[in-house]
Amino acid sequence: MERQNEAVAEAIDWQADVFRVLKDHDVKHVVYVPDAGHSTAIKMAEADNSINSVVLTTEEEGIGYLAGAWLAGERGALLMQSSGVGNCLNTLALQAMSRFPLLMAVTMRGDWAEFNAWQNPMGQKTEAALQLMGVMTWRADKPEDVAPLLHGAATMAFNGDSATALLLGQRLIGEKKWVK
Amino acid sequence: MGEVSNALSTTGHQLGGPLDRREVVASLLKDRGDLLVVTGLGSASYDVMAAGDHDGNYYLWAAMGSAAMVGLGLATAKPDRSVVVVTGDGELMMGFGALATIGIRRPANLTLAVLDNGHFGETGLQESHAGRGVEIDRVAAELGFSWTNRIDEMAGVEELREKIADRSGCKLATIKIKAENPPRVLPPRDGVYIKNRFRAALGHAPI
Repeated sequence: MERQNEAVAEAIDWQADVFRVLKDHDVKHVVYVPDAGHSTAIKMAEADNSINSVVLTTEEEGIGYLAGAWLAGERGALLMQSSGVGNCLNTLALQAMSRFPLLMAVTMRGDWAEFNAWQNPMGQKTEAALQLMGVMTWRADKPEDVAPLLHGAATMAFNGDSATALLLGQRLIGEKKWVK
Repeated sequence: MGEVSNALSTTGHQLGGPLDRREVVASLLKDRGDLLVVTGLGSASYDVMAAGDHDGNYYLWAAMGSAAMVGLGLATAKPDRSVVVVTGDGELMMGFGALATIGIRRPANLTLAVLDNGHFGETGLQESHAGRGVEIDRVAAELGFSWTNRIDEMAGVEELREKIADRSGCKLATIKIKAENPPRVLPPRDGVYIKNRFRAALGHAPI
């Protein structure tokens, strides 16, 4: 039974689900600092001519960008790693004060079976930091949870002028192999 | 040129320049038509407000370093309108990486107008990076901006106004202004109001 569930889980391409859900919500801008867990969504966004894919030098750039796009009536999403959440904290004031939809998908480090302990301080506080700044959060640790939770986060961002984040857990992403 | 514009920084660089910031911004926004304006927090937003409040102005009051990226998002989503970001050298440099992000995107309708007084004007006029020799327009030129300039006379400001309107490429100018703080003219601080007013001017209803 356990093995059967694993087989079902592996059949769900959760990385592609991230992009599909963004498309379903009429996202026109995908702004990101790359992470391995986002690589499929980034590839799909870059290949899609109806999406503006914008690589950032640092994550907080994405908050300003998405505020600007929303001023012109267009939706977007910010993809980043948990370390980038720390970079965003002060800039989240822009969302808190002007209340525009800010949808974030965050791949976790320092969360489970982390080899590089330098990731742990930010990874262990990522969700709390987001919540302290007024962002609503959800966590996905199973492939089948990604699409419905991201759909929920997108719905509440775009229908509530709210900041929402889906954390993509390290168990979902898999252990990073440091030594082959 | 007045005494201030000749002043040198501790590193021997010229601090700002001869131009009057209010005169510069009033000239940039003269007969603005359907120009969209984003302001960085601090003095740049007071200058834009002093030139006349407008539905097409989006004033930032925090998130220092974000003005250029708000401009990029807006210009990308609204390619048929000219967008100018009016901000200070310190605000721009807090988000300096944004110049690289904009440099690889280069929307033809976006201009960054950087008011460079060589100081952190809002916090006691400490010398800034620009005042100590960082030439922001040269960085932008290296990063692929279509047009850059360093402006220290009003004729250059008038040329910039025409450049903003022509949507012929992604541009940046550093405008060398005096290090002085004219009386504050405060923009509205209600972020939701500013956002909804701006969006309404573009035909978007509140959610």
